[in-house]
Amino acid sequence: MQYIDNIIFVILLGIGIGYFTYNIKKAIRNVKLGKPSNRNDRKDERWKNMLLKAFGQQKMFKRPIPALLHLVVYLGFIIINIEVIEIIIDGIFGTHRVLHPLGKFYNFLIGAFEFLAALVIVAVVIFWIRRNVLKLLRFQNPEMKGWPKKDANIILYFEMVLMSAFLIMNAADYKLQLLKYGHYYFKEGIVGGFPISSYLISFLPDNVQSLVMIERGAWWFHIIGILIFLNYLYFSKHLHILLAFPNTYYAKLPPLGKIDNLESVKKEVQLMMDPNADPYAAPPEDAGEPERFGAKDIFDLEWVYLLNAYTCTECGRCTDVCPANQTGKKLSPRKIMMDVRDRMEEVGKNIDKNGKFVDDGKSLLDYISKEELWACTTCNACVEECPVENDPMDVIIQVRRYLVMEESAAPSELNMMFTNIENNGAPWQYSQMDRLNWKDE
Amino acid sequence: MSNELKVRTMAELAAEGKEPEILFWVGCAGSFDDRAKKITRAFVKLLNKAEVDFAVLGTEESCTGDPAKRAGNEFLFQMQAMTNIEVMNGYNVKKIVTTCPHCYNTFKNEYPDLGGKYQVFHHTELLRSLLEEGKLKVEGGKYDGVDITYHDPCYLGRGNGQYEAPREVLRQLEIDIKEMKHHKENSVCCGAGGAQMFKEAEPQKEEIFVFRTREALETQPKVIATACAFCNTMITDGVKFFNKEQEVKVLDIAELLEEGTK
Repeated sequence: MQYIDNIIFVILLGIGIGYFTYNIKKAIRNVKLGKPSNRNDRKDERWKNMLLKAFGQQKMFKRPIPALLHLVVYLGFIIINIEVIEIIIDGIFGTHRVLHPLGKFYNFLIGAFEFLAALVIVAVVIFWIRRNVLKLLRFQNPEMKGWPKKDANIILYFEMVLMSAFLIMNAADYKLQLLKYGHYYFKEGIVGGFPISSYLISFLPDNVQSLVMIERGAWWFHIIGILIFLNYLYFSKHLHILLAFPNTYYAKLPPLGKIDNLESVKKEVQLMMDPNADPYAAPPEDAGEPERFGAKDIFDLEWVYLLNAYTCTECGRCTDVCPANQTGKKLSPRKIMMDVRDRMEEVGKNIDKNGKFVDDGKSLLDYISKEELWACTTCNACVEECPVENDPMDVIIQVRRYLVMEESAAPSELNMMFTNIENNGAPWQYSQMDRLNWKDE
Repeated sequence: MSNELKVRTMAELAAEGKEPEILFWVGCAGSFDDRAKKITRAFVKLLNKAEVDFAVLGTEESCTGDPAKRAGNEFLFQMQAMTNIEVMNGYNVKKIVTTCPHCYNTFKNEYPDLGGKYQVFHHTELLRSLLEEGKLKVEGGKYDGVDITYHDPCYLGRGNGQYEAPREVLRQLEIDIKEMKHHKENSVCCGAGGAQMFKEAEPQKEEIFVFRTREALETQPKVIATACAFCNTMITDGVKFFNKEQEVKVLDIAELLEEGTK
């Protein structure tokens, strides 16, 4: 029976990692529902982009206060996770503080983790206040009601609780070391650095049995909490902690003004412009079904936009700088990204249930309204602002393409503009013959 | 100074067996909009002053297709693009200058893939070079005591990373730019892009041009400088909205330079 703890630990670890892997595979499958995306060019620039924007969080620093707080949580998250290595080894082999032979360096590490843990708690509390007390404008948009709001707070609670468990565990451990109790006592003396938790020991009981319970409780709570948090990611906006890296690698590179020329249209136009083309020729037999112009559903978007949607952490910087949104229009670039994700997840569940996608009569247009789509000025402010380099603007253009080219559903003024361009080579109704009148006026 | 502009068309030059060094693409606003035509004329005066060997397409010019593309009509865009490319390649065009950031962006980024490979300049880029080369000479002190702010057009700035050329021209004019709260990559759109120019806005609290002009006016300028005819229209409307048209002028960089050169 002495190995029962180890066995339980290994089983929990297996379940935690297994279920996470299962869901990540699902996410990858969902992203692959998109069309092929040719983002393998300019590799040097892409690596640099990832280094600066994901690792270095360059764009976060456009807003220094949240950037600093976020940096604390980010560093805390990465660095404190080194401790998880020890926790896993201890858990599997039933050891205690297995890395302590590192000596002074070990003490320094544990001490540093404690400092970071305390800083993370402070940062997370400030984040919570910004969302729930100060009610920063960008967290109050209509798309942030309900689940997205709850999701954001759950993440903050997770972080607070995990960090607290870590500190409480250390405090109990430290006190047990001081009391020289059982295997907590090392002949080398005090093992680990406890710059923060040493202030907590006076709040703990002096009874060793209770202390062991608290230490063990916090230890298990901490590691199980981490496993739950890991598995929570897939269901949350918090996936950005993993996906920010591939997302910045595959991001749109400058110039931002460039919008790709649609290949399927190119073929048609070339055919039209070719005087030798036979307009009545039957399409070649291997041509397959003609491709849809523009995007009606997630299947019509390149996979990179679906990755964008999973990476979006709903911070709302895009919406905050969107000229349409700032002037009270319905368009919110963040909502565009959230809509793509919601629809993608709906399709994913459909596939889970039916084995393959069964037409549900829905599309992206059930999520994104025309009013939103037509309000975009294509100014690229949202793309420029996004810390993880998402491109909501291009999604808008692609759905506009579908509306215009497949459904002829542009607003009437825009149809007039198209007609003018077709007839007289200008968006207004002026004669092309008057193009040079300015010279003599 | 005489009001005569020296403007030749590509067709005229071709008839004489000549090719100009650079094509000036005027664009729809520059050709038809009364306010923008003044910008076109100011720019041509500068080209004349600097003795630049240029020509225009005149009645052979058409829409680049930019508003169609941004409104989702890729088909119309590519039709326009291919037709324009045929015309320009027919004249063996190598360099293009345009006063419109939308035309500029489209030529520079979207035409190459369709067979139109040109060296493309925004007029502020060309004007900066002409100043550097000494082909245009600034009359000093012209804007002493005139507070000027500059509005970055989206398709010149964020779209193509060109924040400095227009500012450099202003600096050459000894203008100390009073920057708005949001400028360069954080600039706010005037509200015209993405084909918004050609339609009514969606339900809203206020027009984007009002929002942006408010920011411009906060710098207490005498002149709001722009580098795009559409921005000019929008911000001019904004200035009227705030009843400031007596105190504040909205001028293109080309107009400011034309006034400020010998």
